[in-house]
Amino acid sequence: MSTVAELPAGAGPAPAEQLAARWEEPRTVRAWFTTVDHKRIGRRYLVTASVFFGLAGVSAILLRTQLAGPEAGLLSPQEYNQLFSMHGTAMIFLFATPMLFGFGNFLVPLMIGARDMAFPRLNAFGYWVFLFAGVFMWASLPAGAAPNGGWFAYVPLTDEVNSPGLHLDVYTLGLLFLGISTTAGAINFIVTALKLRAPGMSLNRVPIFVWAIVATSFMVLFALPALNLDNGLLFLDRRFGTHFFDPEAGGNVLLWQHLFWIFGHPDVYIIVMPALGIVSAVLPAFCRRGLVAYPLVVLGVVSISIISFGVWAHHMFATGLPQLSLSFFSAASSIITIPSGLQLFAWLTTMLLGRLVMRAPLLFVIGFIVTFVIGGFTGAMFALTAFDQQVTDSYFVVAHFHYVLFGGAVFPILAAVYFWLPKITGRMFSERLARWAFWLIFIGMNVTFFPMHLSGLFGMPRRVYTYPEGLGWDPWNLLATLGSYILAVGLLLVVVGVVHALRRGKPAADDPWGGDTLEWATTSPPAPYNFPVLPEVHSLHPVWDPRTAESVAAGAPEARTLAEGRQTIRTSELDARYEQPIEMPESSLRPLVAATGLLVVFGGLLFDWYWVAAGGGLLLALTMVGWLWPPAEPT
Amino acid sequence: MEKAERRATMEPTSGRTGRSPGHAPAIVVLIATLVLTGCAGDAPSALDPAGYGARRVEGLWWLLFWISVAVFAEVLLLLGWALLFRRGERTKVRRGDPVRFVAVAGAGIPLIILVTVYGLGLRELAALGDGPDDSATTVDVTGHKWWWEVRYAGRFGATANEIHIPVGERVRVRLRTADVLHSFWVPELMPKTDLIAGETTETWLHAERSGSYRGQCAEYCGLQHAHMGLRVVAQPRAEFDAWLAKLDAPAPEPRTEAQRLGQVAFTQGTCAACHTVRGTTANGTVGPDLSDVGARWSLGAGTLPNDPGHLGGWIANAQVSKPGNAMPPQPVPAAQLPNLITYLESLR
Repeated sequence: MSTVAELPAGAGPAPAEQLAARWEEPRTVRAWFTTVDHKRIGRRYLVTASVFFGLAGVSAILLRTQLAGPEAGLLSPQEYNQLFSMHGTAMIFLFATPMLFGFGNFLVPLMIGARDMAFPRLNAFGYWVFLFAGVFMWASLPAGAAPNGGWFAYVPLTDEVNSPGLHLDVYTLGLLFLGISTTAGAINFIVTALKLRAPGMSLNRVPIFVWAIVATSFMVLFALPALNLDNGLLFLDRRFGTHFFDPEAGGNVLLWQHLFWIFGHPDVYIIVMPALGIVSAVLPAFCRRGLVAYPLVVLGVVSISIISFGVWAHHMFATGLPQLSLSFFSAASSIITIPSGLQLFAWLTTMLLGRLVMRAPLLFVIGFIVTFVIGGFTGAMFALTAFDQQVTDSYFVVAHFHYVLFGGAVFPILAAVYFWLPKITGRMFSERLARWAFWLIFIGMNVTFFPMHLSGLFGMPRRVYTYPEGLGWDPWNLLATLGSYILAVGLLLVVVGVVHALRRGKPAADDPWGGDTLEWATTSPPAPYNFPVLPEVHSLHPVWDPRTAESVAAGAPEARTLAEGRQTIRTSELDARYEQPIEMPESSLRPLVAATGLLVVFGGLLFDWYWVAAGGGLLLALTMVGWLWPPAEPT
Repeated sequence: MEKAERRATMEPTSGRTGRSPGHAPAIVVLIATLVLTGCAGDAPSALDPAGYGARRVEGLWWLLFWISVAVFAEVLLLLGWALLFRRGERTKVRRGDPVRFVAVAGAGIPLIILVTVYGLGLRELAALGDGPDDSATTVDVTGHKWWWEVRYAGRFGATANEIHIPVGERVRVRLRTADVLHSFWVPELMPKTDLIAGETTETWLHAERSGSYRGQCAEYCGLQHAHMGLRVVAQPRAEFDAWLAKLDAPAPEPRTEAQRLGQVAFTQGTCAACHTVRGTTANGTVGPDLSDVGARWSLGAGTLPNDPGHLGGWIANAQVSKPGNAMPPQPVPAAQLPNLITYLESLR
């Protein structure tokens, strides 16, 4: 487990100084707004998404408190409906995807041995848009104008007749706004992972996490247009009198659901897949051996990303579609179990063959396996139409997707927080605090969500702000509410643990866990230029491979030091053959200005100030012209 | 007295309550799953089916449940093995890449299970699609924000939030919505079917024992989605026929002075603008038909019990218990309110 962080002896101090001069940013306010460094942007994604997670979590606590007993009066139906709509919308759109994008942003360039993302300024732009869109949506809540049609916003409940006011305009515009950020991020990940990999990192040597991010990004590119179209049509219906979803004028209300779930089902995997990638990244370090069956796991990742586009109608099994089409979607939904099963058994086998080192990240991975498997079972149950028709839209489905999304995404995210915290901050965390957090979260999570299986089977529909006494639902709801408090304490302990690490943590080694991927081959935290010498890769586990260390040792060719400019290496897509060095952009204020222009556009549209929106569009266009204007060729 | 008897027949059938050993202690959640049926109490439980459709799904559930328990046990066993025997400094890391084992255990075996279960699932799906023939009793149910309008094919009258069906027969249910999407769900009898704006969807009910079964709208339909309950009353054919015959008959005439004054208040006041009472001049169609309101199980689609006290409160200001529903507070003079209550209570 050698590390290649120190400069190779032969390289001398000169390249290091040159690199620092090229890449380091001054500690000024302006630099804070203009940075394009993927690590800083990644950290911002992580912090911002965590804040939105906290807000959505507080919403959840309020919802659970309201449901603790029958006919409770803590929240009015208006408040409850806004809170549950924001809870879902924020968890899906403002937490899960951006959080994983945050890890992707920080890690992908490091894992593939590059100095930044392929489009650093687009990356900064994506972050600012995410921040503004998130604030745009959350700001509606204190104003009493938050979305109240659920995160799925089915028409005709959400049309202008049944939902007057700004609620649904915030939803449609907010998601369109946010979609720009997600799309930009996805394109950036794909190009980065395909073109900037270190020489020698052919596709069969790409870390699973990077595979997962790339597959996810492709899914975003194919799935998001359906959601954008849906929201665009709904906005036109609401504001400009079109009738896409109005059956009385020849529109169709099921059109909304089809488009929504063509996005929405892949989105489940958009959230879960990078999380599965995290598990595949964490396990080798704590099993002291490589992941078993790498090609099958990659096959699993890629096939999930394709199959998930063929299963959307299983969200619509109760809408009276013809039985023949139901049975097709039922089969497709069942089949998706297979690639998940492949990954599960690859992890289990890796653990059975390795030597387990019990540290907090591994604990969270084990918690993930237990809960995700339960969520997987109920998922396979939902694939069967007859059973789905009985339990869909009941609390059983709430239990199911919290097992999948909390078990399948939050546990891996927490594993990732502890696993990469030393790399990101350069500080170690307190293992004791982390274990307390794990047990509280694990117990709290199960006590919260397990009883929902029961209340659902006992006939309790979801999305109800209250329920009558004496139907046998009371004890399960009370239990779930108590569980949610335990869960909240556990999650607070994670925050305490991170703050404690930042304040009191011991300095972290470059490779504290003995990881196998390239991010462990550089300093903790990494220098602004990531690697003094860009490594050459010879195997799937570059850091466990002495040839990688040799590739950056004395006598490393200037072609991989690249101290002359702000450069990184471009390689070929399949086998990562060296092509040429490419110039990376400097810091710039333009991403922030462009995002501000967009904010003005969407704010103007929201309040019917179309001239203001046009002004924002003009600002955006002018900024883009400046952004894309080619620099003068040096003569 | 009459009402007490009616309520007695409305209660969940005694066989079920007799089986219930009460709520299991909250802490043993995991154990509770193994005795799921026993813990439902008075819940409208999908695991306590009283109808053909729900029974088929219940069978499917237990099959899926036991398969899940078996596979989960396998996963826990492997995980436990790793945690017990693959730790500590002396554990030797094994090299090798057992791709074939992963393929068989992770894909091969699950595929066999899935294909089998899928086949069985298709059989149940087909069973759910095997609805009644054309001669069957047909109920037309229309969803409103937030109540259910109930009519019978070939009949003129209507009721609300309460569907009577003959026990032991397949009954066709045609579903429409007057506004947004709703979903028709009576867990003990039949899985859900959505009510789709602009379309008519269909489901059917087949109650295997008489009794009254709670249902509730399952598709989020706005502010008062929580208060959109319904009851299905399954009764012997003769009883059902008698009930159905009353649906076309005019509502009972007032028999006391108070009832007469109440009727006058109803037909000449604001009530008649929205509500119908058959045989009177009140023929509004915005709200539920009230011709048999005195006999119904609840007020406001399961919001309140149907008794004189709650009825008075509901008339005076229905926004208190069900904020946002379509009925505005009624400025009924204090002297008239008792008469109005008496009159409505007599409609049964």
